[in-house]
Amino acid sequence: MMSNGGDSSEIIRELEELKLKKADIEHRISTLEAKLQDTAAVERYDTVSNGDSYPTAPELKHGLSPDQIYRYSRQLLLPSFAVEGQSNLLKSSVLVIGAGGLGSPALLYLAACGVGRLGIIDHDVVELNNMHRQIIHTEAFIGHPKVKSAATACRSINSTIKVDEYVEALRTSNALEILSQYDIIVDATDNPPSRYMISDCCVLLGKPLVSGAALGMEGQLTVYNHNGGPCYRCLFPTPPPTSACQRCSDSGVLGVVPGVIGCLQALETIKLASMVGEPLSERMLLFDALSARMRIVKIRGRSSQCTVCGDNSSFNKQTFKDFDYEDFTQFPLFAGPLNLLPAESRISSTEFKEILQKKEQHVLLDVRPSHHYKIVSLPDSLNIPLANLEARLNELTSALKEKEDGHVNTGSCTNPSVYVVCRRGNDSQRAVHYLRESGFDSAKDIIGGLEAWAANVNPNFPTY
Amino acid sequence: MQLTLEFGGGLELLCDSEKIHKVNVDLPNGAESDDFTMKHLLSWVRTNLIKERPEMFMKGDTVRPGVLLSGQLDTRIEEKDVIVFISTLDENI
Repeated sequence: MMSNGGDSSEIIRELEELKLKKADIEHRISTLEAKLQDTAAVERYDTVSNGDSYPTAPELKHGLSPDQIYRYSRQLLLPSFAVEGQSNLLKSSVLVIGAGGLGSPALLYLAACGVGRLGIIDHDVVELNNMHRQIIHTEAFIGHPKVKSAATACRSINSTIKVDEYVEALRTSNALEILSQYDIIVDATDNPPSRYMISDCCVLLGKPLVSGAALGMEGQLTVYNHNGGPCYRCLFPTPPPTSACQRCSDSGVLGVVPGVIGCLQALETIKLASMVGEPLSERMLLFDALSARMRIVKIRGRSSQCTVCGDNSSFNKQTFKDFDYEDFTQFPLFAGPLNLLPAESRISSTEFKEILQKKEQHVLLDVRPSHHYKIVSLPDSLNIPLANLEARLNELTSALKEKEDGHVNTGSCTNPSVYVVCRRGNDSQRAVHYLRESGFDSAKDIIGGLEAWAANVNPNFPTY
Repeated sequence: MQLTLEFGGGLELLCDSEKIHKVNVDLPNGAESDDFTMKHLLSWVRTNLIKERPEMFMKGDTVRPGVLLSGQLDTRIEEKDVIVFISTLDENI
């Protein structure tokens, strides 16, 4: 008899296969349906013109077909939008970068309202813990690329628009080529290096950028690089300090908050594409969900000193391609391990175990926040949270001094090393980077942090 | 001088998690109300409102990178002004 483990992996494999087949069949159905609609329209037209019993459809200057007039009628009936707005929208193309919490509602509305061509780029797959906010995805797509899932949803809402799929990460090597094909860019990402990369690329290509952000209970929205307005770098010429960016400790978000901002991104995009209304340029919308406050503040205009869009900027396509955005922001482009340090500044958790066994002199520095340290920690470690490291450097110096004095007594001659650990191994790299700049040449980080320690050395060590 | 100061995007964590502060700022000795600028206000906020990690708010005599300040350091502050400090949302302070 097979073990239970064998049974369940067999079932999971079969489920995966069936889901893939299902997605494929759904895609074929929607393609055939669209085809049928087109053929039916042509046949209707033929019958009508051959039968001579009805006048043929009139030639319309705005170029909308009878089906389009019917589909978009509620927008055509808006005096401020009207048929001109719809006609502009149908001729426009929009690229949405990120099919997550912001991209989900933005894409649904952009597909529904009739943007002529919609590009979606994302490298990630759908996960169960995405569902509460990434409302474009369905459970059937868990484990599949977000772009496939989002494109299927967009086509099922509106089979008459063109949807382009890019199942890849946006990088300096492909950004210019992809972004150049679209009129308007929507930044629905969530990290500083992507923000700078997308904004710089939009400046080089002269594209307006609809930028949204949501975290916790707050959201922000603005339009960059539009009609002489500022770019992201004009407002934030220098990246925030690394201690302010901690994806290592996930902070959470209420699903509807990015939902609100994503809808507003769709709205600003529709206004730009249809050339209707007043875009949110040189202004920023701030949304505070907890206190139910929405406020719009005036922000600085374009800076003539800006290193990218300024008057004397030498930033060009080649500079862009060579620019290291992760190094500039000291932040990884994609969730996952940061790779900030050279190999010789790092050790694995098993190597650290050997150091402990050999009783080599060292100081183990734990840079997690103190409330994390209280949950669980390695014995004989010193806790200085990354945010306080600069101010409390003397504590590390005296801990090292203590070990060194111990050495003199035992007659050993090697200097004690500093090993740095955190939860997942990102903050520890930032700390080592800083420590080495501050003269602690022996500092090394433990790759993968306490999670790696639990996985590779001590399976009984609690993770959280 | 009666002012309303608002902190958002995580900056409120530096001042007891209160987002809105209605404050009464005493002018520096000998200063006319005409002279009170954003630079003075920043130093006042740093001394009187920021409870922890001042380096997460200021760098030198201005706000640190990532904090958005509408206007310039020499922008004049007037009675009953509302001043909003926000931090980009890509960072968790």
